[in-house]
Amino acid sequence: MSVIEISSGVLLALGTFFCVTGGIGLLRLPDFYSRAHAGGLPDTLGATLILAGLVLLAGPNLIAVKLVMVGVLLHVTSPTGVHALAKAAYSRGVRAEEDSSE
Amino acid sequence: MPETPVRGRRKPQPAHVLATFAWLALVWWLWSGHTEPMIIGFGVASCLLVVWLSVRMEVVDDEGEPISVALGLLGYVPWLLLEIAKANIHVAGVIWSPRLPIRRRLFSVPTSQASELGNAIYANSITLTPGTVALDVRRDTILVHALTQDSQEGLETGEMDRRVTKLERGWGEA
Amino acid sequence: MLEFASIGILVTMSLALVRALLGPTVYDRILALNLFSTKTVLLIAVAGFLTGRPEWLDLALLYTLISFISLLAVLRFSKYGNLGDDERAKR
Repeated sequence: MSVIEISSGVLLALGTFFCVTGGIGLLRLPDFYSRAHAGGLPDTLGATLILAGLVLLAGPNLIAVKLVMVGVLLHVTSPTGVHALAKAAYSRGVRAEEDSSE
Repeated sequence: MPETPVRGRRKPQPAHVLATFAWLALVWWLWSGHTEPMIIGFGVASCLLVVWLSVRMEVVDDEGEPISVALGLLGYVPWLLLEIAKANIHVAGVIWSPRLPIRRRLFSVPTSQASELGNAIYANSITLTPGTVALDVRRDTILVHALTQDSQEGLETGEMDRRVTKLERGWGEA
Repeated sequence: MLEFASIGILVTMSLALVRALLGPTVYDRILALNLFSTKTVLLIAVAGFLTGRPEWLDLALLYTLISFISLLAVLRFSKYGNLGDDERAKR
């Protein structure tokens, strides 16, 4: 295995770890707003790391450019979508639980 | 430099129209990779059609084609990506820890941006960073939901706000 | 490692589906479906490399845009009760 393959494998593994963490957070966290935080995890670092791993595999060509574009699109659309969703929930009166200080 | 947005008919500036076309053409070529003259002709025609539609929809202005912040983004995005990485590790630690040490809080942060575009960049950056979600963007505050105390304190230092404001001023007044 | 990544993404998608089934609010379900669709994009990209056909990335790009627009459409529908009205007319 070459250096590129190994580093791409490490990036893919780390990205997968953050994706699964986000999925677990989506199940574990107690209310809608905190789950919205968990939803951002795989969309940001998870996706970035996985796409970076694929870019290393693809090498410098148009495919790598497309991978970067997928990443950029995800980073632009994901917060807009999550914000629109959270705002809709807030204006529809989904109550945000607040914890007292630990 | 950022003009106050006026509702109603606006004349698109040539720079914005040109930037829209250049951007579309670049993306078209990168995604298709064709070099035959006929196919490129189709590409140019479709880009022109989209530019015409965008002008008709009145979205060709500094908000739709933010050329004034394009250079500043080159400095801002790496910093933001680093912040996102740090916040990701923090939230991942919270999710994996058995007793789930969260402290949810709603709070407002002040915004110092002059334009709607700057405000939108700031709110999106807040949401993009795990641990904080922008709930409501108001005139000069943003209502934020934070997952933990660390996330809240990180945002309340106001560093992100300052950086976005600097970015928004662009090359003209920096 | 590509196999591992695609299995991990599939696990994440299953977790999102569980949350979509559990609810409890409609916003939880939409959030879960949003996560599901962004993971679909990543899965298409990884599967393209896995099968040696990276051209599938075009599908991934298209899917990102479609899922974003459909999310906004669903939210607009849940807020205004229709999709056609001009928002500016309501101000």
